[in-house]
Amino acid sequence: MKNSETEVLDKQNKAASLTPPTLRLENISKSFQATRALDSVSIDVMPGEVHGLLGTNGSGKSTLIKVLAGFHAPDAGGRMQFNGQDVSLPLKPSDFRRLGMSFVHQNLGLVPSLTVLENLRLAQIALAAKSMINWRREKAAAHETLERYGVHIESWRRVDELSAVNRALLAIVRAFEEIREGSEITGKPGLVLLDEPTPFLPKEGVEKLFDLVRRIKAHGSSVIFISHDIEEVMQITDRVTVLRDGRVSGQIDTRDATHEKMVEMIIGRKLERSADRQTLLTEKKPTFASIRGLQGHGIPPCDIDIGKGEILGMTGLIGSGYDKIPYLVFGATSADGGSIALPGAEPMDISAMTPKKAIKNNFALLPGDRAEQSGVGSISIFENMLLPDIEKYFSHGFLSNRSMKKEAFRLGQEYEVRPNDPGLSLGALSGGNAQKVLIARWMKRQPMLLLLDEPTQGVDVGTRDNIFKALNLAASKGMSIVCASTDAEQLAEICDRVLVFARGRIVGEITGGDVSKDNITEACYGSVEAVENIIHPQASQKTQS
Amino acid sequence: MTETDKAASTATGPKTNYLRIFERFALILVWLLLIAGFSIAMPVSFFNWGNFSILFASYAPAALLALAIIVPLTAGDYDLSVGATLTVSSCLIGVLNAWYDVPIVACIIIAIGAGVFIGLFHSLFIVYFRIPSLVVTLGSTSLMTGIVQWMTNSSTIGGIDNALIMAVVGGRFLNVPYVFYYALIAMIIMWYIFDFTPLGRRLLFVGRGREVARLNGISVDKMRVGALITSAVVASIGGVMYAGILGSADPYSGLNYLLPAFAAAFLGSTTILPGRFNPLGAVVAVYFLGTGITGLTMLGIPLWVTNVFNGGALILAVTISQLTRGREVTDIG
Repeated sequence: MKNSETEVLDKQNKAASLTPPTLRLENISKSFQATRALDSVSIDVMPGEVHGLLGTNGSGKSTLIKVLAGFHAPDAGGRMQFNGQDVSLPLKPSDFRRLGMSFVHQNLGLVPSLTVLENLRLAQIALAAKSMINWRREKAAAHETLERYGVHIESWRRVDELSAVNRALLAIVRAFEEIREGSEITGKPGLVLLDEPTPFLPKEGVEKLFDLVRRIKAHGSSVIFISHDIEEVMQITDRVTVLRDGRVSGQIDTRDATHEKMVEMIIGRKLERSADRQTLLTEKKPTFASIRGLQGHGIPPCDIDIGKGEILGMTGLIGSGYDKIPYLVFGATSADGGSIALPGAEPMDISAMTPKKAIKNNFALLPGDRAEQSGVGSISIFENMLLPDIEKYFSHGFLSNRSMKKEAFRLGQEYEVRPNDPGLSLGALSGGNAQKVLIARWMKRQPMLLLLDEPTQGVDVGTRDNIFKALNLAASKGMSIVCASTDAEQLAEICDRVLVFARGRIVGEITGGDVSKDNITEACYGSVEAVENIIHPQASQKTQS
Repeated sequence: MTETDKAASTATGPKTNYLRIFERFALILVWLLLIAGFSIAMPVSFFNWGNFSILFASYAPAALLALAIIVPLTAGDYDLSVGATLTVSSCLIGVLNAWYDVPIVACIIIAIGAGVFIGLFHSLFIVYFRIPSLVVTLGSTSLMTGIVQWMTNSSTIGGIDNALIMAVVGGRFLNVPYVFYYALIAMIIMWYIFDFTPLGRRLLFVGRGREVARLNGISVDKMRVGALITSAVVASIGGVMYAGILGSADPYSGLNYLLPAFAAAFLGSTTILPGRFNPLGAVVAVYFLGTGITGLTMLGIPLWVTNVFNGGALILAVTISQLTRGREVTDIG
């Protein structure tokens, strides 16, 4: 830790002697076998403070949240205090209400088929000792609660009828009500942890959410705000802790910070001037597919050219829409519009695309959700592997299991599936080996366009290298490959070019020698600002002043 | 990862293969034991070919129903209405042929056409409106039962054309009425489609992983509609057979086949090709259950036992089939 950080800590310590922090974490570490996911993390969250928590995937952020939620027990030696009182870790479910701690996770934890009232008062109703529920009184109480926070939602509406914004607001109101009741009893402030509540909200929704956070803060309670969106963090937080490689890489008062400073703390090095990067352009590959005006599922019209034999990466922060593109192009989710032109053919309407048509055009899609969308665990390896080609093994009126197994065995050797026993059910394989089977399924067809979503998720390192080798080989033979992923390291390793998305738009393009892990990560965090300038030039100026 | 790989490869050694072979033929073995048991108890009345030929003929409609059920089951949908469809078909033949003198061939065509219509009706709600198949076919069972009561005035209709009766039970091969062989032919056709055509494999993927099937270019909705129509058509063919066996149309008794047919479909999925609904297993299971009921009846066990036996067999069969699948899943690790 350098001088500026120790100063900050000193300041905190002085403040702490007056009023204890709402939450104090000291030397929290967490190891998974050999890897240290968290290494001596110390954080203080003061009463009435909105405390930002930033970090890339793999920085230890989600491990820390899981420790706080009582899901992981930290390694020995760590300490947690809540309002100056020692708390034993891991926390038990009953501790949260007693202490006045509440979590709003990204999925919000609401029951969509129940009404606003039922969702809001569920805990109180469940805990009431009386056997009769006075619905009129509950309704009045719910109404009063929502009004108090300036949230205008009818309490009789079903949650699934609400907009995304109102759902998020409801979840936060509920969380805050929980800790408010606790702090009325103890007379001490509570803590709400908001885990990425914003990525799927429109701009106005984020404003409403921030109004609500400010009310909670005015009440004297604390908020931990987790987001990838640096603009939002700058706007709402008082102080920020940044994690990198499991350690606290910096703590800073938001008013002293700049966007660049935060990105620097997140990725661990100085920002380059983006102008330098434009100069290094390698030879461009001839275009194979031109996508024009592709839109749908939150993606405004966008144009993408995919080169022949090119591995094109797509990335962005969560909710940026980069991961929608492969599915839209393949017709797996229906697009609202757009066309794709292949060499020597009329452009095709993407909104009329179906997987069947896409396969006919020699496209292939390997979805990220292996168990639900890619392969069936209870069916054998050879049947899963050869499913799109099954007609080829049907001759003289009979489907030949033997020739299918033979072909599957051959492919199993080529792609190093272990154990290479095509008769086993797919689910008998480890995640990495199952992925090899599913990659072999599409590679053997030699598609012209291979669309991948997180192809190496949950896959061990060795398999990952195998997959990369196969992809590189295929690309060198002319296959065009699109790879959507949040894993900057993986993209850097295989991609010729990477498109960076923010709020559905392409906001950056990294090519040739510039494709590196750091450049990709940096572009992801820089991207929000870039897109702000495109959509709301005034709004972004305001936040900077 | 490497540890699980090792575990998986050792688990597939020759030891488990014997177990697999035993599992495939376990039901047939139990069936033979059951026959042996009843034969020892009743060496004269049970263990004679005449008894078996009646058993084979009288359970042929149930065999057709079990075959009908496994088509949508493989595609991931329930068809609880096959019993009612069978009744509609046999009563249409009774009413049209005996009361309105419509030629028997035309009656059969109309009865099978009714099957197509019922399948389309189910598809409209199950596939188009996305209503759970359990609800739709449970509802349509009651709907069809009511229509049959209206159509027949709730009475048994006799006097069906003798040609049908002759074609179904008049002729015999190896002293077993033709109807049994019709069921066998249906089984062989279905076995061929399930095991030896790409269509059968696609149907399996539709049932086990709809999204996987769709993303591999399979028209999932068309397959489900096809399965529901097939099921209703096979059930209505069962109705034609039933009318031929009885020589009359009975508005009530067809529903009694539903439970044993369902039990057989699930019990059948534990044998021959364990873990998959399969035509051979389904037919073997129908006759296994039929043997049990026949034997118990001949031992003079009261009528209510039949219901207990059928209901118990259904629950047990589904449990065993679940365990067969569940064990596969744990193999899967």
